[in-house]
Amino acid sequence: MKTRIAAVLAAAVLALSACSSANPMGSASTAPSGSASASGGTALVIGSQQYYSNEIIAELYAQALEAKGFTITRQYQIGQREVYLPELQAGKIDLFPEYSGNLLQYLDKSATAKTGEEVLAALPAALGSSLRPLTAAAATDQDSYNVTKANADKYGLASIPDLSKVGAGLTVCANSELAKRPYGPPGLKSEYGLDVEVIPVEDSGGPLTVKALKDGDCLTADIYSADPSIAANGLVTLSDPKSLILPQNVVPIASAKVNEQAASVIDKVSGSLTTADLVSLNALSVDQQQSSAVIAKGWLTSKGLLS
Amino acid sequence: MNYFVEAFAWISDNLYGSNGVLARTWEHLWYTVVSVVLASVVAIPLGYLVGHTRRGRGLVVASSGAARALPTLGVVTLFGLIFGIGLLAPLVALVLLAIPSVLAGAYAGIEAIDPRTVDAARAMGMSEWQILARVEVPLGLPLLLGGLRSASLQVVATATLAAYVGAGGLGRFLFLGLKTQDYPQMLASALLVMALAVIVEGAFEIAERVAARRLHTT
Repeated sequence: MKTRIAAVLAAAVLALSACSSANPMGSASTAPSGSASASGGTALVIGSQQYYSNEIIAELYAQALEAKGFTITRQYQIGQREVYLPELQAGKIDLFPEYSGNLLQYLDKSATAKTGEEVLAALPAALGSSLRPLTAAAATDQDSYNVTKANADKYGLASIPDLSKVGAGLTVCANSELAKRPYGPPGLKSEYGLDVEVIPVEDSGGPLTVKALKDGDCLTADIYSADPSIAANGLVTLSDPKSLILPQNVVPIASAKVNEQAASVIDKVSGSLTTADLVSLNALSVDQQQSSAVIAKGWLTSKGLLS
Repeated sequence: MNYFVEAFAWISDNLYGSNGVLARTWEHLWYTVVSVVLASVVAIPLGYLVGHTRRGRGLVVASSGAARALPTLGVVTLFGLIFGIGLLAPLVALVLLAIPSVLAGAYAGIEAIDPRTVDAARAMGMSEWQILARVEVPLGLPLLLGGLRSASLQVVATATLAAYVGAGGLGRFLFLGLKTQDYPQMLASALLVMALAVIVEGAFEIAERVAARRLHTT
């Protein structure tokens, strides 16, 4: 009996250790560094969030680098920040498109930066020595409070403080975590004196959230500003005069393996990427179901970044 | 181990209020009961029909097998886009989740009865309804309870998805904990779902024993 238990335990340990080496990130770290690219560097691992728009941006970096002879390993759709950031810090991913404000708040809970410049200035210290932010793009993709056109006209809503005209019982459809975010109800209360209740819809401002807003389940909805559904549904984004919502510039986060030559290639991509570009790239994915590779190729070609 | 201590501390700190543990646990149990009852209303008569007439078994097995493979989050999102946010979409998804197990329990319970027993009842002059009500339903009860048991277990574990589209239940804590890196809260929610599952299992265990005892004494 004892030997049988020992055998079972041994088998379990074997199975567990097999699991750990089957880690999807494992293949990235063991990518043959011998397969050096034409430009003399090693293969760079590019990751992306589990967010279609983020994958498109990652693919922009990937194809631009490949066009310059770099070897790229793609590790897309890696969950959310709490999953991929440790992998990035451990050196298993070399390049990742990030959003400046949320990244800073994640790394430094007590960050006081407000403007886009302040956020970008605070990032290098928050990231530590192993990672560095490359030049940020003008493109932003951030949380925004949106109302339907009908309600905007009915109550005269153009900015967040205008919500006070609606009266009591303000609601926002958003992921449940908005209730805890500094730009959620706590900030709406302290900056604008508004009492807003979060109605949790967990699809990150996706179609369910838009539907709930249009159905009148909530007055406002938290939708990413680069989401083409805002324009497609004629929604009105409320302006934020007190900069409650931190600017989210698209900023590539790079490991030490990303050399100056690679960084200059990525900087050119970031230099051309505006919010309008990002919205139209996202629209190609949402409306025409194009793959990130096709979308990225089209945009890079139009900007002359593949030659 | 520290997470467990924090999770239990979190539970005791958040017991009361409209977003408290007690209210959300009650909602969760309520969703489970409603889903399984609605699934039973559909699946038990259908299962008895198939079991009694021995017709359409292939169709029922194939379609309930296919229904088992439906990813519930996808179903919740799909119905959410049709009905809007709230309880209706997850309820439909949970009923769809529960139907195959209940259906299988209902027809398998009747199918497992020795055909000679049914023939004997028929030879005694029982009508088809009497055979169903007095022979097949009582003899099939243990397997039906088994089906209800596995359906309830699946639903109690999956009802967390109700929170995905704005309804309540213990999923609220799960989603919030996940997105805000509040892992004690997330673990607390998981522990509460597990506790509910154990309670539901216990209730069915007792029900099955009572059913078995009555079956042997009559």
